[in-house]
Amino acid sequence: METSRDDFVIAIRSVFLKKGTQQRFSLLSLIFFSIIFLILGSFNFKAIDYVKIVIKEITYRSSFIVSIPENFIKNNYFIFQNHFKLYDRNEKNELELKDLRSKDLLNKFIISENKRLKNIFDDYLVKSDATFAKVLSDKGSPFLKSIIINKGSKHDVNLGMVAMDGEYLVGKVIEVNYLSSRVLLLSDLNSKIPVIIEPNEIFSILSGTGKNHGVIQYSKKYKDIKSRSIIYTSGLGNLFKAGIPIGRMKIVQLSKEKEIEFFSDFSQLRFVKIISFEKNEAQ
Amino acid sequence: MTRLKNKNFIRKLLSKIPPVLLFIAVLNNYDFNHLGMKYFSFNFSYILIFYYSVKKSESLGYISIFIAGLFNDVVIGTPIGLSSLMYLILCVAASYLRTITLRPSLIKDSIFFLVTILIINSLLFVALNFIFNYELSYFDQIINIIFTFLLYFVFANLFDLFENYLAGSYNAR
Repeated sequence: METSRDDFVIAIRSVFLKKGTQQRFSLLSLIFFSIIFLILGSFNFKAIDYVKIVIKEITYRSSFIVSIPENFIKNNYFIFQNHFKLYDRNEKNELELKDLRSKDLLNKFIISENKRLKNIFDDYLVKSDATFAKVLSDKGSPFLKSIIINKGSKHDVNLGMVAMDGEYLVGKVIEVNYLSSRVLLLSDLNSKIPVIIEPNEIFSILSGTGKNHGVIQYSKKYKDIKSRSIIYTSGLGNLFKAGIPIGRMKIVQLSKEKEIEFFSDFSQLRFVKIISFEKNEAQ
Repeated sequence: MTRLKNKNFIRKLLSKIPPVLLFIAVLNNYDFNHLGMKYFSFNFSYILIFYYSVKKSESLGYISIFIAGLFNDVVIGTPIGLSSLMYLILCVAASYLRTITLRPSLIKDSIFFLVTILIINSLLFVALNFIFNYELSYFDQIINIIFTFLLYFVFANLFDLFENYLAGSYNAR
């Protein structure tokens, strides 16, 4: 294929300028035309823009039509591919399902726990405004752990109302007079309150001891109660609103009893908040 | 007489297959990417244009190639006129090969094709990257060139078969 310089020039000239059979334009003119197209197009020449718009319209519509068989083949290919992968996918799905089932159980537990906690916090509403009362007398009797407050029936204090020290439960009103009332403290021997111990959601009864602490009674899950667990009212028996903090577990190794250290120091009470709760019927 | 007319009609129809294939190729953006093969793509248009420009230039007119290039630009989103220019440069190379070749051979054609597509893709890369600020993957371009070159042998034989046995009296050699 050795060509002399003249042959090369002739060949090139032939390539660029010779129009073959059925060729209306030479290659040179078309190359020139496409370069003009490119240059004017990059400068956003209006005439070229119109041509572009026409070409695009034609191309998009033709492309859609031309792509129909290809899309059909493509879709079928994916269907076949899906069939071939069915076994592997099934295996994978089985594993995922197993995992999800275990997670579902956990979710169910969380949902029920959430519901329960909602119940704890929302099944009662504060009915009356809080009435603040001054502690008139602090009976230090070993038989009756109670306080006398300076609010009575005149101030809408009723039997069974709750006495709180800040956000902590201290007792309930057991006696109402016109201008005074008696509050039985949690530490009293006769005080029995349904409580819940968190974590582990252990329901139990808090009983007073006549001393400065309470004890947990009647729980089958004694072993599950951990030190420093928090005691809340459980709301059972409709005596108190659920979720009022009471105290903390204090486990003494030598003692078999599960002692509760109250959050509030009953011997230091000066003022208490008297409130009542009513079941929220709307919920 | 009728048989002769039918034969002519079929012959005409078969002669239109290369431009039809070219337009289908550019409008489909046919590069096997939809098969999900990451490292496989080839430019069917280059193979078709080169083959028919070398072997049977009257089957694929330059105007068709030019318009196909414009369509290709619209489909793939490159500046309009760029693909046309590349296709026409390919035609120039093919036409030059045809002019200087006395004894055609597939190996020589394919080597010439490889050199041509390397030049074309380099020009395309330079134009898109440096003039029109398009981001191009150099690796993908190389993959495309390699497979286009390798598949030239396959398609050249297929086109030979088509020209010899289907298009009948039209001899591709």
